[in-house]
Amino acid sequence: MEGKVKFVQGNEACVEGALYAGCNFFAGYPITPSTEVAELLASRLPKGGGKFIQMEDEIASMCAIIGASLTGSKTLTATSGPGFSLKQEALGYAIMAEIPCVIVNVQRGGPSTGNPTHVAQSDVMQARWGTHGDHSIVAMTASNIQDIFEITIDAFNIAETFRTPVILLFDEVVGHMREKLVIPEQGKIPVIERLRTSVPPGTDYHPYLPRTDGRLPMSDFGGEHRYNVTGLFHDMWGFPSEKPELVHNLMRHLIDKIDTHPNQICKTKQYFLDDAETVLVSYGASARTAMEVMNYSRERERKVGLLELQTLWPFPRETVAKYCDQAKRVIVVEMNMGQVMEQVKASVKYPNHVFLCNRYDGTLINVDDVKNVLRVIEGRGF
Amino acid sequence: MPVQDYIRKRFFPHIWCGGCGHGIILKGILSAIEELQLQKKDVVMVSGIGCSSRIVGYTDFHTLHTLHGRALAFATGVKFSKPSLNVIVPMGDGDAMAIGGNHFIHACRRNINMTAVIMNNRIYGMTGGQFSPLSGQGVMATTAPLGNIDYAFDTVELAKGAGGTFVARTTAYHYAEIVSIMKKAIQHKGFSVVEILSQCPTYFGRKNKMKGASEMMDFFKDRTTSIGSDAKKADPTLIERGIFVQKESSEYCENYDKIIEMASKGKES
Ligand code: SF4
Repeated sequence: MEGKVKFVQGNEACVEGALYAGCNFFAGYPITPSTEVAELLASRLPKGGGKFIQMEDEIASMCAIIGASLTGSKTLTATSGPGFSLKQEALGYAIMAEIPCVIVNVQRGGPSTGNPTHVAQSDVMQARWGTHGDHSIVAMTASNIQDIFEITIDAFNIAETFRTPVILLFDEVVGHMREKLVIPEQGKIPVIERLRTSVPPGTDYHPYLPRTDGRLPMSDFGGEHRYNVTGLFHDMWGFPSEKPELVHNLMRHLIDKIDTHPNQICKTKQYFLDDAETVLVSYGASARTAMEVMNYSRERERKVGLLELQTLWPFPRETVAKYCDQAKRVIVVEMNMGQVMEQVKASVKYPNHVFLCNRYDGTLINVDDVKNVLRVIEGRGF
Repeated sequence: MPVQDYIRKRFFPHIWCGGCGHGIILKGILSAIEELQLQKKDVVMVSGIGCSSRIVGYTDFHTLHTLHGRALAFATGVKFSKPSLNVIVPMGDGDAMAIGGNHFIHACRRNINMTAVIMNNRIYGMTGGQFSPLSGQGVMATTAPLGNIDYAFDTVELAKGAGGTFVARTTAYHYAEIVSIMKKAIQHKGFSVVEILSQCPTYFGRKNKMKGASEMMDFFKDRTTSIGSDAKKADPTLIERGIFVQKESSEYCENYDKIIEMASKGKES
C-alpha cells in the first residue's frame, strides 16, 4: 500500500485510524495501557477543529461520547480493564438507543486492578456479555500496527452502518509495540458516513422505525426533527413503552441487525488453511506467536495453518467451522483461560479435536508454548 | 408560541401522581423557554432516571432520557460537541446528588454552559420512598423506618463549593420565581444550578405525616424566604430562596475554542 509512512505504536495506529475514519470527538479518562490514545488525541483533535475532553471518570466518558454522537459527531473513548467494567452500563445504553460510537479497550490482566502494565486477552467474554440484558455486540481486534489502523476504520464504519457501539479489543503488547504504519491517502480506504433521514422538516420522523433493510436513518440533535432517546424499551418515536409486542420486536431488531450480517462484520485472516491438518486459531498478539509457529512448521513440511480472528463478536462461527471441520486438530492460542476456545468448540463439528494453548501470567505467549502443545497433541512426545 | 406548543401531547397523560410538584416545574421551565423565545430545535433536554426525569419526554425538544445519575455526563457530550445548543438538564435529588454527585460537582467545576435543574422532593419517588442525600436527619422513608440518620447535602452550598457560577433555589409553590430564575439561568453563560423544592405527596408526604400536596405547598410558602430577608434574620431555620451566585467566569466550550485556535496555528501548549 502507498501512503505516508510512520513508525508508531499500536495505540498511535489506532488514533491514526480513528482520525482517518473522521473521528472528531473523544472523551476519556487516564488508564494504563490505553492512555496514549487519549494523549495523542488531546493534541491531534483540536488541530482539525475536533473535540477532546477528559471527563471525571470512565462512566462519564462513555456517556459523553453517546451524547456527542447524537449531535452528529463520530466519537471514540479508550480504556482498559477496570475502566471497561465501568463503561458497561452506558455501553448497554448505546446498544438500546442505537448510538454509533467506538470503545477501545487495550486489555490488561484482571480481574480487578489485576496486572495493569502486562498483556492479557481476558476481556473477550466481558465484551460480549459485560452489560446486562440480552443484546448483540460487535468487537474487533488486530495483531499488528497496520491492522490496528485498518480495523479502527472498520469499527467506525460498522458503528455508523449498523447504529451500534463497536468495541476494539486490543492487547497491551500490540498497543505498545512499534512497527511501520502506512497511512494511505484519504479516500483510498472507504469511510462510511452516517445515514441521515430524508424526511422533510415538518413531517413526522420516526427515529426508531427500521426501514425494510433494518436500517434507521438518523437526525442530528439540533436539526429540524425532534425526538426522544431513551434506554427504556421504546416505540418508533423513541418514547418509553412496555407493550409486550413492542418489547419483543425491539429485542429482535437489536439482535438481528448485527447477527444477520456476518459477511459485513466478521473479518478473519487465513494462512495455509486449505491443506492444514492442524489449524491454529488465534487473534491479537497471540496470533503473532501462532504465525511464527506456523511458519516454523511449514518449513518442516508439517501441515499447520492459521486462522486469525479479527472480529470476535459476533463470533465468526461459519468461517471457524469451515476451516476447523476439515482439520485433524485445532489449537486455540490465546492469553486467557480459554474464552475463545469455548466459542470454537461450540462452532465446530468435533469439539473434542479442539485444544487450548494459553498463557495467563502477564507475559506474551511464546513460540515454545505453542510448539510444546503441538508436539504433544501430534503425538510427538514432550 | 403558547406554552402548550412545547408539549408532546401525544404522550399524555403523564405518569405523575395527582398533587406531584413536577408538573408545576415542567410548566415553569417551558414558560421560561417561551419567554426567551428559544427555537425548539435549539433546545436539548437531558435527564436521568426517576419521576422527575420523565419530564423530558413530554417536551417537544431534542430529548435524551439517559441513565440514573448520568444526565450531566451525557449532556456534557451534547453541549461540547455542539455548543450552539441550549442544554437543560432536569434531575431528581437522588439522581443528581447521590449516584450523579460526581458528575454534578465536575460540571460545576468545568463551567460548561448548561442549566441543571434539581427537582428536590427529598425522596426517591419512582422506587417507592427511600431516603435521598437531600432528605436530612429525622425524615421517615422506607429505608429509614425509624428515622433517617444521614445528614443532607445543601445543594446550594455544594454547587458554590464546586465552583458553580450561577446558583439559585426556589420552590414549586413560587411559580413566578421558577420562571424568572430559569430565564436567568438559561441566559447565564456558564454552568447554572437551579434547585427547585418539589412535593412528593405520595411518598414523602405520606411517610412524613403531611396531609397532602396543599399542606406541602404551604410548607414551601411558610418555611422559605428571600435571601437575606428580615424573616430570615428573625428565624434562621427558614430556607432561603433566590439567586445565591451569579458571576462571570470563562466558559468551557469557549476556552476549548481557544485551544482549537492555538492548535490549528501549530502552537500546542
Ligand atoms: S411518586 Fe412522588 S415524585 Fe413520583 S410522581 Fe408520585 S408524587 Fe411525584
